[in-house]
Amino acid sequence: MRLDSLKPLSLACAVAAGTLVTSVQAAEEYKLGLVTFLSGAASGPFGIPAKNAADLVIDAINDGTLPAPISGKGIDGRQIKPIYVDEAGGATKQTAEYRNLVDREGVDSIVGYISSGDCLAIPPVAEELKTLTVLFDCGTPRVFEEGDYKYVFRSHSTASMDNIAAARYINETVDSLKSISGINQNYSWGHDSWRDFTETLKVLRSGDIEITTEQFPKLFAGQYGAEISALMVKPADVVHTSFWGGDTDALVLQAAARGLLEDNQMIFTAGETALNSLGEHLPDGVIIGARGPFGPFAPESELNTWFQSEFTKRFGTPPTYPAYHMAQAVIGLKLAYDKAGADATTEQVIDAFEYMEFEGPGGKVSMNRGKGHQAATEMVYGRLTRSNGEIGFTDVRRYAADCVNPPEGAITEEWIKAGMPGAKCD
Amino acid sequence: MQTKSILLLIGGALGLFVLGLLVPEWLSYLMIIAMGKGIVVLGVVLLMRAGLVSFGQGLYYCIGAYVAGTLTQFAGISDVLLILLASIAASVLVAALVGLLLCRYRGIFFAMFSMAFSMILYGLLVRSSVLGSTDGFNVLRPSLLGWVPSDDASSDLVLAVAVVMVMILGSLMWLYFRSLSGYAGEAVRENEIRVEYLGTSVFRIIYTKYLIAAALAGIGGTVTALVSGHVDPEMAYWTTSGEFVFIALMGGTSHVAAPMVGAGLFELLRTYAFAIAPYTWQMILGSTLLLIIIFLPSGLWSLVSRFSRQARG
Repeated sequence: MRLDSLKPLSLACAVAAGTLVTSVQAAEEYKLGLVTFLSGAASGPFGIPAKNAADLVIDAINDGTLPAPISGKGIDGRQIKPIYVDEAGGATKQTAEYRNLVDREGVDSIVGYISSGDCLAIPPVAEELKTLTVLFDCGTPRVFEEGDYKYVFRSHSTASMDNIAAARYINETVDSLKSISGINQNYSWGHDSWRDFTETLKVLRSGDIEITTEQFPKLFAGQYGAEISALMVKPADVVHTSFWGGDTDALVLQAAARGLLEDNQMIFTAGETALNSLGEHLPDGVIIGARGPFGPFAPESELNTWFQSEFTKRFGTPPTYPAYHMAQAVIGLKLAYDKAGADATTEQVIDAFEYMEFEGPGGKVSMNRGKGHQAATEMVYGRLTRSNGEIGFTDVRRYAADCVNPPEGAITEEWIKAGMPGAKCD
Repeated sequence: MQTKSILLLIGGALGLFVLGLLVPEWLSYLMIIAMGKGIVVLGVVLLMRAGLVSFGQGLYYCIGAYVAGTLTQFAGISDVLLILLASIAASVLVAALVGLLLCRYRGIFFAMFSMAFSMILYGLLVRSSVLGSTDGFNVLRPSLLGWVPSDDASSDLVLAVAVVMVMILGSLMWLYFRSLSGYAGEAVRENEIRVEYLGTSVFRIIYTKYLIAAALAGIGGTVTALVSGHVDPEMAYWTTSGEFVFIALMGGTSHVAAPMVGAGLFELLRTYAFAIAPYTWQMILGSTLLLIIIFLPSGLWSLVSRFSRQARG
């Protein structure tokens, strides 16, 4: 009976051997594993725009049509062949899929991961399998604060930056600020965002800030009637939320109907993804962030103009920040290879990538945190305004990378509580 | 007869271990995950044989995993034997308390209550920022009796642990299924009142099975955590428990090897569904389960029993 249980496994071996043969890659191909949400609640607002951006940028790199100074066709002269994997299913499944990409598909490198849990689970596996990996969208600062990784890079800033900048923005622009309240999703992202935001405000105002209420509804709850009531019963000068995706849409619709948006100054740290779909429901004056200098906040450059227009032309909507994050990661990877020179080994590419500075579609990216593996960028907030029905932004403030990101080696939470020593603001 | 079966078992274990070393790394990883889940499903099957469907084995799966995580990450204990003992102890302890309430219920009430308890753990873990909230935290590499394996050998150690666990627990459960207490489960499923008339306590029968299932789930969780290197509250979420029921239905409940085969096929099916249909892999899994339920209502293992009956007759 024991032997019977081996049958399926030996069958599996045969299947595996079959795939191994087929996965012996042609030398002129650069296999790039791309992991993003293709199903589930995070696929619509994040996963699919990111995948679209990857398709666009990869095609442009393969054809060599990216604007100067990026040059050359493909990565290391090889045409990129993307292999997509759905990020759904949790960290255990994703570590399995990561191994599949490396061992079975034989990818050269992997760009991926939106969920912070996945971003924490993947790096040890990347180190074990010695595969270059670029994390493209997750927010937790813990990745490089809790570990040192050689093969893992993250080409965008942590979520802490959003909330430190948010606190600075409202502290500077809201008159007679006395109280705040918050509505955040009940999971790591929501709790961390709220903590970074409130702690920074306490430091900036030497404790002179009152928190009237903090609401933590369930992730993907969809119904926020009770929380909106609580926010209206205990009014505050500013209402903070780090909602993203469908939850933002639901909150905006329900809050708009109840008048919360008109009566209260709200700040959406990741609200930019809702602009295209729900802009009409957002009143003037709402403060919007885009997880970095992306979307409407991206600085003018040839690359950004190209990205905006080509993306809009091909997919029908302008690119949101997850698309920018993905484009930034793939372009960063390509530039690291270019910098390392032809036929570079993975180790040489890593050397080139460490502490690299490059211009992405969202402006300057400096890989100068986490021992050269974690990017720091500027952060931008602005107030929504309309002119002739077109959505625009006023009172746009840009915060330099060193103003809103903790310095190299600092633990974000401790750094904020210590009064943000060494922060360089303009 | 006895020595023959033992030799067969040891041979099977060695064969499985060597197979795990020979196949490509992704497949051996998949094997270990499948064995970890198979052990949990063994407990689900045990309860199913007594007519109880647990939608809450994720509770003990998660406890086992978090015990492995906290011991290696925060307590500096990395010995795999200690970790296993600790997770069995923790799971059984919680099960002893929860079981007092749970084992009074049957049918949908048992399913819902078991799910509720695992969701309570999920809620607690989401709230605890020390344990990384929903992001979870990483599990460090295990050691064995002072031997700290190198990076490459570490997964081999977990493979060996998984194989040994599957073989030992599988044989113990095989013996248990054939014991009086094992058959009592089916008796309870058929007619509780008659079992009580025979002078046995139905509560005690079910309680024992519940404790065993919890210990199995704890061990399965530990094995999974050690090989994947990461734990998060998702392991206590009801969909994880649902997956175990899914595998149990796929494999069937008539033999201890059925959950292992079910888990192995489930993982293979899922990874290939992922590769073939990145957008619609759930549909492949769902339709497979539908086909199995329609054509093989007693699970995949019924194929094996059908063939062996044909061979005999």
